[in-house]
Amino acid sequence: MPLLTVTYALLLYAAAGIFVVGTGWRIYGYARTPAPLKIPTTPAPVTRLGAAGRVAREVVLFESLFKSDKWTWIFAAAFHLGLLLELLRHLRYFLQPIGTWVTLVQPFGVYGGMAMLAGLAGLLGRRLLVARVRYVSGPSDYLMLLLLLATGLSGFSIELLERTDIVSFKVFVLGLEYLDWQPLPGNPLLLAHLTLVAVLLIVFPFSKLLHAPGIFFSPTRNQADDARERRHLAPWAARLERGGAGEV
Amino acid sequence: MAKTDFEVPALRDYLRTPDLRPGAMAKSAPFKAAPRHQQALGFPEALVPDWERVAVAKLGDLLGKYRSLRVHLDSCVKCGACTDKCHYFLGTGDPKNMPVARQDLLRSVYRRHFTLAGKLFPRLVGARDLDAALLDEWYGYFHQCSQCRRCSVFCPYGIDTAEISMAAREILDEIGVGQKYCNEIIAKVHAIGNNLGLPGPALANTLEGLEEDVKEATGVDVRFPLDVEGAEVLLIPPSADFFAEPHIDGLIGYAKVFHQAGVRWTLSSYASEAANFAMFIGNYAQMRKVALRIRQAAIDLKVKRIVVGECGHAWRVAYGFWNTLAGPFDFLDPRYPVPQHIVEFTYDLIRRGALKLDKEANDHMKVTFHDSCNVARATRMGDLPGGQFVLPRALIKASCNHYFDMAPDTIGEKTFCCGGGGGLLTDELIELRVKGALPRVQALHEVRQEHGVTHMAAICAICKSQFTKVLPYYGIPMDSVVSVHQLVGNAIRLGTSS
Ligand code: SF4
Ligand code: SF4
Repeated sequence: MPLLTVTYALLLYAAAGIFVVGTGWRIYGYARTPAPLKIPTTPAPVTRLGAAGRVAREVVLFESLFKSDKWTWIFAAAFHLGLLLELLRHLRYFLQPIGTWVTLVQPFGVYGGMAMLAGLAGLLGRRLLVARVRYVSGPSDYLMLLLLLATGLSGFSIELLERTDIVSFKVFVLGLEYLDWQPLPGNPLLLAHLTLVAVLLIVFPFSKLLHAPGIFFSPTRNQADDARERRHLAPWAARLERGGAGEV
Repeated sequence: MAKTDFEVPALRDYLRTPDLRPGAMAKSAPFKAAPRHQQALGFPEALVPDWERVAVAKLGDLLGKYRSLRVHLDSCVKCGACTDKCHYFLGTGDPKNMPVARQDLLRSVYRRHFTLAGKLFPRLVGARDLDAALLDEWYGYFHQCSQCRRCSVFCPYGIDTAEISMAAREILDEIGVGQKYCNEIIAKVHAIGNNLGLPGPALANTLEGLEEDVKEATGVDVRFPLDVEGAEVLLIPPSADFFAEPHIDGLIGYAKVFHQAGVRWTLSSYASEAANFAMFIGNYAQMRKVALRIRQAAIDLKVKRIVVGECGHAWRVAYGFWNTLAGPFDFLDPRYPVPQHIVEFTYDLIRRGALKLDKEANDHMKVTFHDSCNVARATRMGDLPGGQFVLPRALIKASCNHYFDMAPDTIGEKTFCCGGGGGLLTDELIELRVKGALPRVQALHEVRQEHGVTHMAAICAICKSQFTKVLPYYGIPMDSVVSVHQLVGNAIRLGTSS
């Protein structure tokens, strides 16, 4: 097996492992930590189902961001929607046979890539040009945008400049899935793209990308407004009530 | 205009987002608690020797107890959507008053001690060790947050800077750096039962005086009962209602409503305070202790219902937290919500036609309404989401002929804080309070210009105190602030129904 293939196979396994375990660990941390008080930002839905709908609207429509800043909303929506399309399109490398709907998504993928890059450029521009946003931006905030831009650009260039041998790349990916390694085509742009994706996966659980799981756990958004109707008591608060362990 | 040693922001034709003025409010900080204030709450009397370690340990403790803290410290993407939403930023231009920058004061320490990235690459991710300079910034800027939650409405992840500043203040107390205003007041509630330190006999005196005043003004015997066992309703007002204009006119309004409703009600000398400043310092145990006093009073007086007076954060604690802190209230009448807001109580009567209101009594006023931040963004009134906006307005409109809302992006869930909430209503913070009031005053100014509005009704003791103090700085008379139940009280036709 060529060294290149071995290196990348190990890198991608490691990246995926860190992503899954790291993010899972953070999510476990969120889930395990109680929210001792009812703190939905009101007006809030009065039922749990309604609250789930509110979270869904935040995830799909970026409802709150729409209220606050239309430009940021447009850039963020373009980026995330583009990213989603690209991710769906990339499923063709992982699935055998490719489902019909993955085939249907393919033609939109290119637009997804463009939307993603345009959104990222907009977000970067805003970060650089609006003094308030520049003030709160640190090196990691720029690096994250650059990392995403580089990932998108490398992917896009593969599309335009270096039509990789898709078939043999897919064989490589399926090989990873089935623990039956197959040689990786050595195109430089592809290797760059893969490296960047691996970095993104590795960085995810340690960075602000945690906003993705975070939104589902944010008590101001996911709690129902039913404080008077239902008594809500965290385990540590119940211990405090019983006078246990002197916890405060 | 009052005399100042700072520049009062100018009112213009619209509110401008200021340019950044780094350090503009770096010197703003409230007085620190004296040893005796700290001691009364069981906090260390002065900065503890190894405070860095204690602070980090306390942060770790809170991270295990509050999901909001953990999720909100992790999730911020620095999108900047909140940066122009805080009234303290809009009024001062100090970039550290941008909500995300305020959070970052705590987040930087969180990253340094609780995240891998912050341990390995502190510079890259803005992680900092807690040192004396940062501690000063904590004290200064976490006391420039009124915990109004406006930023939380606009944040794509609902990140609530109020939660962060509560946690920061809790850590500060833990290392012996408390804030005098809040801690002194909480100790008074524990000892005497209200923020003002008004003992039972003084309270009885005040209420007697009020009965005489109302009798003189209306010829009707409206009672202000105190400690009446077996009354149906226990009213818990903010103690400011016993004390100053325009609060006291609100109390008169409640009494008239109860009188007309024919409901037997009582105040309690043991629990004569709706406010719960322990929320401002983020301390669950203290908050619970204050809330339990009210539960005890309800049990002792054998009442069936608890009604809460006009106070914003008090309603937040009562509505959102009482059931958790001091519940279950299964000894009260289950047909009524526990607790009920006085506005809900009055609204029910109006809807049932049980009150006769002469709107003409308020014809000398053109009224607008200030949605209090805590009521607007942390509570509800009535059954429907948003009832907290509808019900008070319904009361005002039932009592006044001339009502005008302020600009839509300054009311409802987007309302601006009065500038004095969150335990900042203290004289040494007057510059912050005046400047922080700018967005609200600007909106008031606009309806005064456009519609000739003369009065602003408020539904919170802190808002009322803050506005009567800061409006004169902007050339608006202090008596243009009125209580919602003052308007109801003016309009109510006494003695015409059973
Ligand atoms: S709006 Fe929320 S995510 Fe955006 S910078 Fe502010 S706190 Fe962070
Ligand atoms: S809670 Fe209110 S005062 Fe505090 S940062 Fe947010 S907007 Fe400003």
